Amino acid sequence: MSEEIREDIKLIEDHTSQEYKYGFVTDIEEDEFPKGLNEDIIRKISAKKNEPEWMTEWRLKAYRHWLTIKEPNWAKIHHEKIDYQNLRYYAAPKKKPELESLDQVDPELLATFEKLGIPLEEQKILSGVAVDAVFDSVSVATTFKSTLAEKGIIFCSISEAIREHSELVKKYMGSVVPQTDNYFAALNSAVFSDGSFVYIPKGVRCPMELSTYFRINAMDTGQFERTLIIAEDDSYVSYLEGCTAPMRDTNQLHAAIVELVAHENAEIKYSTVQNWFPGDKQGKGGIYNFVTKRGICKGNNSKISWTQVETGSSITWKYPSCILQGDNSVGEFYSVAVTNNYQQADTGTKMIHLGKNTKSTIISKGISAGRSNNSYRGLVKVGKNASNARNFSQCDSMLMGDQCGAHTFPYLEIDNSSATVEHEATTSKVGEDQIFYLNQRGISTEDAVNMIVNGFCKEVFNNLPMEFAVEAQKLLAISLEGSVG
Amino acid sequence: MIKIKNLHANVEGTEILKGIDLEVNPGEIHAIMGPNGSGKSTLANVLAGHESYEVTEGEIIFENKNIVEMAPDERAREGLFLAFQYPIEIPGVSNSVFLKTAINEIRKHKGEEEISAKDFLALIREKAEVLGMDSSLISRSVNQGFSGGEKKRNEILQLLTLNPKLAILDETDSGLDIDALKIVAHGVNKFKNDNNAVILVTHYQRLLDYIIPDFVHVLYKGKIVKSGDKNLALELEERGYDWIIKEQPQAV
Amino acid sequence: MNKENNIKDWYLENFNQFNKVVSDDIFKSLRKEASAKFENSDFPTKKDEEWKYTSISPILNHEFTPSPLFMGDKEVLPIIDKYLIKDLEVHLLVFVNGIFNKELSKIGEVENGIIIDNLYNLSKNNPEFISEHLSTKNDTNNSFNFLNNVFTYDGFVVYIPKNKVIEKPIHVLNIASNINKPLVQPRNIVIAEANTEANIITEYVGTEKSEYFTNILTDISVDENSHITFFKLQNESNAAYHIDKTEIIQKASSVFNHFSLSFGSRIARNDINTKLDGENIETHLYGLYLGNEEQHIDHHTFIDHAKPNCMSNELYKGILDDKAHGVFSGKILVNQIAQKTNAFQSNKSVLLSDEASIDAKPQLEIYADDVKCSHGATVGKLDEQAYFYIRSRGVSAESARSMLIRAFIDDVVSEIKIDQLKEKVSDTIFEHLHREKF
Repeated sequence: MSEEIREDIKLIEDHTSQEYKYGFVTDIEEDEFPKGLNEDIIRKISAKKNEPEWMTEWRLKAYRHWLTIKEPNWAKIHHEKIDYQNLRYYAAPKKKPELESLDQVDPELLATFEKLGIPLEEQKILSGVAVDAVFDSVSVATTFKSTLAEKGIIFCSISEAIREHSELVKKYMGSVVPQTDNYFAALNSAVFSDGSFVYIPKGVRCPMELSTYFRINAMDTGQFERTLIIAEDDSYVSYLEGCTAPMRDTNQLHAAIVELVAHENAEIKYSTVQNWFPGDKQGKGGIYNFVTKRGICKGNNSKISWTQVETGSSITWKYPSCILQGDNSVGEFYSVAVTNNYQQADTGTKMIHLGKNTKSTIISKGISAGRSNNSYRGLVKVGKNASNARNFSQCDSMLMGDQCGAHTFPYLEIDNSSATVEHEATTSKVGEDQIFYLNQRGISTEDAVNMIVNGFCKEVFNNLPMEFAVEAQKLLAISLEGSVG
Repeated sequence: MIKIKNLHANVEGTEILKGIDLEVNPGEIHAIMGPNGSGKSTLANVLAGHESYEVTEGEIIFENKNIVEMAPDERAREGLFLAFQYPIEIPGVSNSVFLKTAINEIRKHKGEEEISAKDFLALIREKAEVLGMDSSLISRSVNQGFSGGEKKRNEILQLLTLNPKLAILDETDSGLDIDALKIVAHGVNKFKNDNNAVILVTHYQRLLDYIIPDFVHVLYKGKIVKSGDKNLALELEERGYDWIIKEQPQAV
Repeated sequence: MNKENNIKDWYLENFNQFNKVVSDDIFKSLRKEASAKFENSDFPTKKDEEWKYTSISPILNHEFTPSPLFMGDKEVLPIIDKYLIKDLEVHLLVFVNGIFNKELSKIGEVENGIIIDNLYNLSKNNPEFISEHLSTKNDTNNSFNFLNNVFTYDGFVVYIPKNKVIEKPIHVLNIASNINKPLVQPRNIVIAEANTEANIITEYVGTEKSEYFTNILTDISVDENSHITFFKLQNESNAAYHIDKTEIIQKASSVFNHFSLSFGSRIARNDINTKLDGENIETHLYGLYLGNEEQHIDHHTFIDHAKPNCMSNELYKGILDDKAHGVFSGKILVNQIAQKTNAFQSNKSVLLSDEASIDAKPQLEIYADDVKCSHGATVGKLDEQAYFYIRSRGVSAESARSMLIRAFIDDVVSEIKIDQLKEKVSDTIFEHLHREKF
C-alpha cells in the first residue's frame, strides 16, 4: 500500500514547461559525410568504423536489396516523400579517438547529456543503471563496463562489438530482422552507424538495468542505430532505451533496428521511452520514427517483454514483435502512445505463435489529442503447429478533442483449432462525469485529466522500471497539456 | 452556512429549478424530499457546480460568497461536499492517490501544509474503521468493481477524510440494505458537529430514522412547496406525496 | 495474369453474344459502359488489403455462362417445396438461374403503390421507375461488380411508398441449376420510403455438387423512420462460388436489421456496406457462418457513421470444421461530426478441426471524440469441460457437440423474430451439423 502512495501525486505536479524541453542544439564540432547514399558512402561508413570485410559486404547486400524495393504505404500515416539522397548518413562528434574514460569525452557533450538528465558519470549513478549513450550516430560512452565484464556480460557499442566480438555479431545480426525484411530495415542494414550490443552469458542475471540514450543533434542527418541483445540459456536482462532530438523545422529520419534473441529459459525485458521532437504546434518539423523491433523466443520457456511509452516523433511507425518459437515461450507488449497537435502514430505489435503452449499478452493504450491520428495495428498469428496457443489483447483508445482520430486495426490469423485468442478494444473520451467527480473533491481540471489519463495507462506504467515510470508520467502530462479546457 | 435565494436552473433549455429558497445554518441537518422528477438531484448538482446545469437566476451564498460562478473544484476547496447518487468509476486511479490529492488541494487552499504519507494512512485507517471498511480498498481504483453499497460507503469515507463544512448527500440511501444504511448513517452522525451542516436529499423517510433532520422540505416541480420538522417526513411516509401535491394550486 | 485475361475475354465474348440475343432495352448503355470498365479493371488479388485472406483464382479457372444466354433451353422446373418456409405466408418470388420464374412465384395482393416485382419485367412495364432508381453507385471498385453490370438483366425489386407497410414477408428464392455452369447475376433493389416497414428474406440455393457462380449486387435504401429487416440465407451447392455486395443507405431514425446466414458454397465473399446518413439511426448486422470441408467463407462489413447520435451493433459468429476457412473483416468508421455514436462489434469463431482456420480483422476508425465504440474478437474451441459434462450424462459425442454449437450461435439465431424462419434456419443448421461425415 505504501508503495501506492509513494508513486504519488508528485507525478502530476511540475509540468510547467509545456514546450518540448529537449529541443536545444549542442554546439559541437561534427565529423559529417556529404549528403546522399551510394555504395561509396557505405564503404566509407564501414571503413570509418574499421569494420571487417564481411560487414562491409553485408551492408552492401542490404543496400542492393533496398534499391529494388519500395517504401511501404499501408500504414495510416501521411508525409511528404522522403528524399533519401538529401540526407546525411553519417555524423559524429569530432575528435573521438578511443575513449578510455569519461574524462576524455568532450565536456560539451557531457553537458548535453546532463541537460537530458542522463547520469553519465559513474559516480553520479546511484540508481545502478549502466548507460550507453549514442550521440547522432556514434556511441560516446558506456558506463559500468568493468563491473559488467566481471560477470561475463558484454555491454558496448555495436561498432565495438563488430570489432571485438565479431563471431557473436556475425552469428546473430540479421537473424531476427533480415537485411531484406522491409524497406527501412534494409536501409538501416546498409548504413547503420552505431547502437548497442548486449550479451548475457548462460545462467547470468544482469545485476542492473542496462540503458541507452539516443540523441540526434546534427542537421539533415538520419539516425540509423542498431541494437542487438542476446540472452543465453537461463539468463535475464532488463534494457531501457530513451531518446531526444533538438527542435528543427525540417523533418529528420530515424530508422532503427532492434533484435532480441532469448534462448532457453531466458528473459529479456525491453523498455522504451520515446520522446523524439514531435514537431511544433503547426506540425512543422519533427522526427520520422520508422523502426523495426523484433525479438525471437528461440528456446523453450523463454520470454520477451516490450514496454513502450511513445510521446514524441511527428510520425511513428513501429511494431515491436515477438516470434514465439520455443515451446512455452511468452511474449508481451505493453504500450502507451500519445499523439497531440499534428503527430501521427501507427504502432502496435506482432505476436507470431509457432511453438506449443505459447502465450502472448497485448495491452495497448492510445491517447489522441489536437489534430493527431493514433492507430493501433497488431497481428496475432497462430501457426498450424502452435497447439494450445493463448493470446489476450486489450486495445483502448482515448480521445481528447474532436479534431483527432483513434483507430484500431487488429489482424487475427488463426490456423490451429486449440488456440484461444481474445481481442478487445474500446474507444472513449475523457469522461466529463469523471472530471466533475474529481473537481467536486477539490481537484483542478488539469490535474483531474492527468489523473484519469495516468489511470488509463496504469497497466503499462506498472511494467516500466520505477524511474522510467515517473519520467513517462511527466512526459504524458507535458505532451497533453492544454488538451482539455 | 448556505443561503439559496430564488434559484432557477435549466438543463438543456428546460427549467428544472423554479425558484428555490433555502437557508441552512451551522449545526443543522436539512432533509429535502420529493417525488421522482421533482428536481432534488438537480439541486444537489447545481450546488456542486455541475456544468450541464445552467443557473439562470438567483444566488447561492456559501460562507458569505456567491458561488454561482465558481468552478466545482473551487467550491469543493471552500468546503462544499457532494456525496454522489451514482459514484463514478475511475479505472487505474487508486483511492489513495485520489484522496491524498484532494486532501492536499484543500489544505493548500487553507494555507496548510501537505499531509505526510504516514498521517494520511493513519487518517484513512481511522475513518475506514468507523465505516467498518477494510483499509485495503485504498489501493483499489476509485469505485471500480465496488458493489453499490461499497460505493456509497466510499463516498462517506471521503466525507469523513475531507471533513467539509457542508455535506450534500444525494440519495445516499438508495440501493442500500438496512445494515449498510445503518453504517452510512453512523458515518454521517460521526461527521456532524455544531460547526458544519448536512443536506440530505432523499426519496424515502427510512434514512431519517437514523439521521434525525432538524428540518424537512418537500420539493415539487422545482420549488419547495412545504417545510416542517422531522414529523413531516413521517407523515409523507404514511400518506405519500399526493396530499401535498393536491394542496398545490397549480397541480394537475 | 494470363488466366485472368483469358477469362475476361471469355466474358467479353459472351457479352457480344448476349447483345445479339437480348433485344434493346433501357440497360443497353449501362451494360456497354460497364463492359469497358470491366475490360480495364483487374480482378482483386491477395495483394489487395481487402482481399488478402481470400483467393478468388478458383473462380477464374471456370468458364461460366451468363444465364440469359441459355434462357430458351427447355428445362425441367425445379421442385421448390423443400425450400418454402413452413406455415409462413409470404410473397414468393422465384428466380431460376437468376431469371424470374412466373409459374413458380406467388405474389399476393398488396396496397396500392407498393411494388414487388422483378427487374426485367419492370424495365419493360415501368422503365421510368427503373431509370430513376437503378443507381450506378453500386458499380464501384472491383471487376465482379462490373461483371454484374455488364449483364444487367434481372433481379428482384421492392418499392414501398411513404407510410406503407408490407405485412407479409417477401421470400425471394434463387435456385441455380446444375447444367450449363451458369453465371447467375441478380441485380436487386429495395427502396423503402419514409415510415415504411417490410421483412425481406432472400435465399440462394443450388443442387448438390453443381458448379455455378452467383454474383450479386443489391442496393437497399431505408428512408426516414422506416423499419426494414433483410435476411440472406446462403445455402449454395458446395461446388458453387458466391460473391455478394450489398450497399445500404439509411436515413434519420430508421432501423435496419441485416442477417447473413452462410452455409453453402465453395468460396463465398460477402460485402455488406452500410451508411448511417441521418441521426438516431439503429443498425444491426448479424452473421452466422458454418463451414465444412474446403469451404471458404468471407464476410466484410463496413459501417459508416456519417451523422451523430446513431447506434450500430454487429454480431458475427462462425463454426469452422474440416479444412474450412473463415474470414471476418469488420470496419467501423465514425466521422468527425458523428458525435454520440455508439458502435459495438463482436466476432466469435470456433474451430472444430485442426485444419480449420480463421482470419479476423475487426477495425475501428474513429474521428469523433464523444463516442462509445468497442469491438471484440475471439477464436477458440468448444468448451471441453462442458462437452465432457454433457457426455458424462449419457449424451453421445455428436449430440453433445451439436448442443454446444447451438448454444454458441444461439444469440444470433434468437434475433430472428419470424418464428417460422427461425425454425427453418435451425433445421438448416441441424442438417449442416449432421451431414454425413466421420
